[in-house]
Amino acid sequence: MSTGDLGAVYRAEYGRCVATLTRVLGDIGLAEEAVQDAFAVAVRKWDQAPPNPGAWIVTTARNRAIDRLRRESTREARHAQALLLDQPDEPREVGPVRDDRLRMIFTCCHPALSPLARTALTLRLLGGLEVAEIARAYLVPEATVSQRIVRAKKKIRDAGIPYRVPGAAELPGRLDSVLTVLYLVFNEGYTATSGELLRTDLSQEAVRLTRELAGLMPDEPEVIGLLALLLLTEARRPARVSPSGELVVLAEQDRSLWDRGLIAEGHELVRRCLRRGRPGPYQVQAAINAVHTDGPATDWTQVLALYDQLLHLVPTPVVALNRAVAVAEVHGPERALAAVDELDLPGYHLLPATRADLLRRLGRTAEAVAAYDEALALVANDTERAFLENRRARLTKEERP
Amino acid sequence: MKTYLLAVQFDESAPAPSDQEFREQMARTGQVTTEMRSAGSWVFVGGLVASSATTVVRPGAGTTTMTDGPFAETKEQLGGFWVIRCDDLDEALAWAEKCALACGSPIEVRPFQDAQWV
Repeated sequence: MSTGDLGAVYRAEYGRCVATLTRVLGDIGLAEEAVQDAFAVAVRKWDQAPPNPGAWIVTTARNRAIDRLRRESTREARHAQALLLDQPDEPREVGPVRDDRLRMIFTCCHPALSPLARTALTLRLLGGLEVAEIARAYLVPEATVSQRIVRAKKKIRDAGIPYRVPGAAELPGRLDSVLTVLYLVFNEGYTATSGELLRTDLSQEAVRLTRELAGLMPDEPEVIGLLALLLLTEARRPARVSPSGELVVLAEQDRSLWDRGLIAEGHELVRRCLRRGRPGPYQVQAAINAVHTDGPATDWTQVLALYDQLLHLVPTPVVALNRAVAVAEVHGPERALAAVDELDLPGYHLLPATRADLLRRLGRTAEAVAAYDEALALVANDTERAFLENRRARLTKEERP
Repeated sequence: MKTYLLAVQFDESAPAPSDQEFREQMARTGQVTTEMRSAGSWVFVGGLVASSATTVVRPGAGTTTMTDGPFAETKEQLGGFWVIRCDDLDEALAWAEKCALACGSPIEVRPFQDAQWV
């Protein structure tokens, strides 16, 4: 069997098999070793992939793990053996596979783990990304990612984080943690915090995982809302950066470049959420993006109404700032500036950037230039920096007689 | 079953509560302890006297030295703790939430390696 074909099977099946073996063996590290061991056997034995490669891997991994555990005498081995004895002989396919994926998602995103640990674990164990890929995506050394993952697994083991889907009472909070991880991964790929503007792999990974989660939890409207939000944002990617590498704001984007399919899908999901009648922050943000992608130009009155709703759900300065942008379009820059001036967001470049734009529209050029300087001191992304410098330059050009 | 320490991180620099506030806090934490007992999770609970009452015994060169005052000169000191037994971290965290709300201080949840019983 070619390395390429086996690699494809590995990539497709690794996460799912580890999820199931973790339940069977009671430890993520043991499960990973067992799955990797089984793949090593597959390399030797497979002429081509069997009809159900995942089931073959799980069965082989489990049997080999049993053999190995019998020969070992460490405490982990004894514990895992005890767990194995309690299990039915053959892990059944359908229900448990779905449940195992959910168990893994909620474990990787457990709030007792640090946010960076949650991201690294999710990408490694659910996304199936290699450590090198994760490191490249976040522009950190491989050793850093490795360490994070090792420590996270140790914490899960030492602190006794259980491998299960949270009960109904804890679910909303725990689901929130999962959605945050997925949103942050997407965002990291969409507006990278340093270097280039767009790192495609991460965004696509986030979309893929969110799709899977939506499939596993179709009755959770916030999951559908997040998926809609990501799709509607992703749809605009082709228009976000000009051929010469410059940032293009929404109002100036060539809408013919937007992905029609993703927009249609996003709109349908938003309608589905509206029918549910259980609004939440991701659903409202998705609705805002649906309005932005509906027709030739944004209906700002609708957007403002949605931001009013979002601010009620999530009363934070960032949401208030984004709302102010809508206020400018509906009620004019003067009122928007008053709203922005009430906000305190130290270190957040979009605050002075927004002020700069509003001051520019009010003809207060000198103040606008100062605000752009403030924003430039804070921005970390090269493409966004170029954009702000460009805007600032246009202003100073206008000043000269 | 795992054993966990629920340690109260008490801010000794904060103004002392009034007698009334103190009694109400004792009632709240007492209620949590009662619930722990009913659930079969309770092992031990105790409030500690302020760090001004502490003494540190330090080993060195085959002998020990003794100093007045707490181990670390921080404003957060161990104010007291619960020891509980439960299935996993999620259960321990659920108890910790109740403890934190009852006593108004952060609770550090720490697993025991091997707990010795009577």
